[in-house]
Amino acid sequence: MKRTSSATERVTRRTVALGLGAAALSTIAPLNIVRAQTAPLKVGVLLPRSGVQAGIGQDCQRGVDIAPGILKELGLPVLEIMSADTETKVEVARSRAEKLISDGAQVLVGAFDSGQSTAIAQVAEQKSIPYIVNIAAAPQITEQGYKFVFRNFPTVGMILNDAFANQKELFEQAGVAPKTVVFMHINDTFGTAMKGGIGAVMPKFNLPYTIVDTIAYDPAARDLSVEIAKAKASGADALLMVSRLHDAILLTRELVKQRWSPMAILSMGPGWYEDQYLKALGKLSDGPLSFVPWYDPNKPLSKKLEEALAKSSPGVNLNTNHVYTFEAVLVAADAYKRAGSSDPAALADAIRKSDITNNASPGPGILFNEKGQNDKLKGSAIQNRGGKLVTVAPKVAANSKVEWPLLPYDKRG
Amino acid sequence: MPAEVYLNVAVGGVLTGLVYGLMALGLSVIFGVVRVVNFAHGEMMTIAMYIALTLFSLFHLDPLVMLVPIAVVLFAFGYVLQAGLINMFIARPEHSQFLLLIAIAIIIVNTLLILFGPDSQNVQTAYAYKSFQYGPLIVDATKVYAAATALVVATALFGFFRYTHLGTAIRASADNQTGALVVGLNVKQLYALTFGIGSACVGAAGCMLLVIFDVTPSVGPAYTLLAFVIVITGGLGSMPGAIVGGVLIGVTEAIAGLLFTPSAKSMFVFAILVVVLLVRPQGIMGQRTA
Repeated sequence: MKRTSSATERVTRRTVALGLGAAALSTIAPLNIVRAQTAPLKVGVLLPRSGVQAGIGQDCQRGVDIAPGILKELGLPVLEIMSADTETKVEVARSRAEKLISDGAQVLVGAFDSGQSTAIAQVAEQKSIPYIVNIAAAPQITEQGYKFVFRNFPTVGMILNDAFANQKELFEQAGVAPKTVVFMHINDTFGTAMKGGIGAVMPKFNLPYTIVDTIAYDPAARDLSVEIAKAKASGADALLMVSRLHDAILLTRELVKQRWSPMAILSMGPGWYEDQYLKALGKLSDGPLSFVPWYDPNKPLSKKLEEALAKSSPGVNLNTNHVYTFEAVLVAADAYKRAGSSDPAALADAIRKSDITNNASPGPGILFNEKGQNDKLKGSAIQNRGGKLVTVAPKVAANSKVEWPLLPYDKRG
Repeated sequence: MPAEVYLNVAVGGVLTGLVYGLMALGLSVIFGVVRVVNFAHGEMMTIAMYIALTLFSLFHLDPLVMLVPIAVVLFAFGYVLQAGLINMFIARPEHSQFLLLIAIAIIIVNTLLILFGPDSQNVQTAYAYKSFQYGPLIVDATKVYAAATALVVATALFGFFRYTHLGTAIRASADNQTGALVVGLNVKQLYALTFGIGSACVGAAGCMLLVIFDVTPSVGPAYTLLAFVIVITGGLGSMPGAIVGGVLIGVTEAIAGLLFTPSAKSMFVFAILVVVLLVRPQGIMGQRTA
């Protein structure tokens, strides 16, 4: 019988060996972690894009959106952004981080919230993929001895230390200080943690005021009239606040309705400087001082970020969410350029050796200690002024003097 | 603490409580007649709040001015819901009714989320920041207007049930359904009308609450729970009881926040409920049933 040249007949030991080799390569290929630098670095960005923190997550995304143009201008390599939604849930953050890594993410960035960031950090460390925290203040994230976790954002302790230092600087600047304050805080995990932190840090600073009353309020409160009535009745000179956005708006409305203008509103957290607060209250939003991680408006990169944001999101003021999310992406791009490879160990090593002085956050630059924490960051004091935000302390990162005291609400026209 | 602080807070509590009372009145009317517990009550109110919000955003129409048209829309919604869906469940076990209304509530919340997003929104009326001062007493203008409107609506409702033929027919079918059928009343239609009237109440309350509080789709369940607490405290099925319960809960929230800690206001509201259930299970103005 004449033999035909079919495919099966062409199988030889050599082709079997080639096939096995190809099969072995195809098993490795999906991991696809190591790439030549000509390929874009795959950066998985985890943010709470839905759920309770959806607004903040979407705000953080603006920092990612403005990144490509600026990175190109800085001569940094191109990144491929892989977006994921944590749904403001810790368990979802964990599973999305795992999914991103299995889909080929070579660096992770995110996730605004301490709980979600802690979960992502565990996954990143387990899978040996570098993770750069954009915003999360819980100290333990960089206290676990992790080798692949980095944070360019201050811890709660750093935030409070800088907040009280900046308060003292402002009192000196104004030549006057409150003698008494009412401490009002939201009664959730963040609020109670800040309350504990303030209690521990405040005595070290020998501040000119004493806390005459502490008022905790429900995060889901519909009405804060009783809280303001109680605060007003204390006769305190000023308000020391730990709030979020919604309650900050409610509290301001009540201050106006109950005809009470304290000497100052000193906010130790979010809410009082956010765009939605400024837009919702107009002239009534002017005056509160927020002691927060911010950006140095005098740094050249800050101006670039302001310009880029003005183009991509007109009417939105540059803020912490944009700056620190952008900087997390910047760290990844800078490390990729220096590492020359997407090998996770090489990338982690390059991130650890970061020394980015052309940055936007206050302080000498982006550099990490042995724990992966940028401990050189400085907090700022910002003040709402005509729908904009100005930095009033520390002096090195300020672009305006403080307006003191708070202009009474009934004299704002 | 100065006495005027207590006075200010108590007055604020009474005013807010009147609006709470009107909201709960709708629930009480529906239960009193149809004997269906409306688990979508707060969610229906958020529909009214979002209609008012949209009208304000688009045309700057004051929610209190738009109260009547919005109440009519909610009446139609309630009527269609009862006539088209709930009437089919009237003879079914109570848990089937509960599940139906809980499902409606979930659908409402998620539809509002899709349409309006999760952020809280509010209306900035001309009097949003206004307050009246009488000596040491400072009263929030929005609460005064909302409470006055609530009183007017509640009085009109009492008048309707007491002095109109239709109101009398509805009360008759509530008291004795068989008797009502015997004398030729169309009970199912009366049920639909009652559900519509209860929904109109909650629509009116939504307009009033919008001038005081912000709205998000997720507040619906909290208002449903509040309405239940109020009607159980005041007496399930009792119309005056709903108003009394509303005022009691409003004042309790306010004074407890002042005397103890504001974050524990809800705890005191539920404490009142527990005390009422222990001492007078039928509620303050409810009638004891055999």
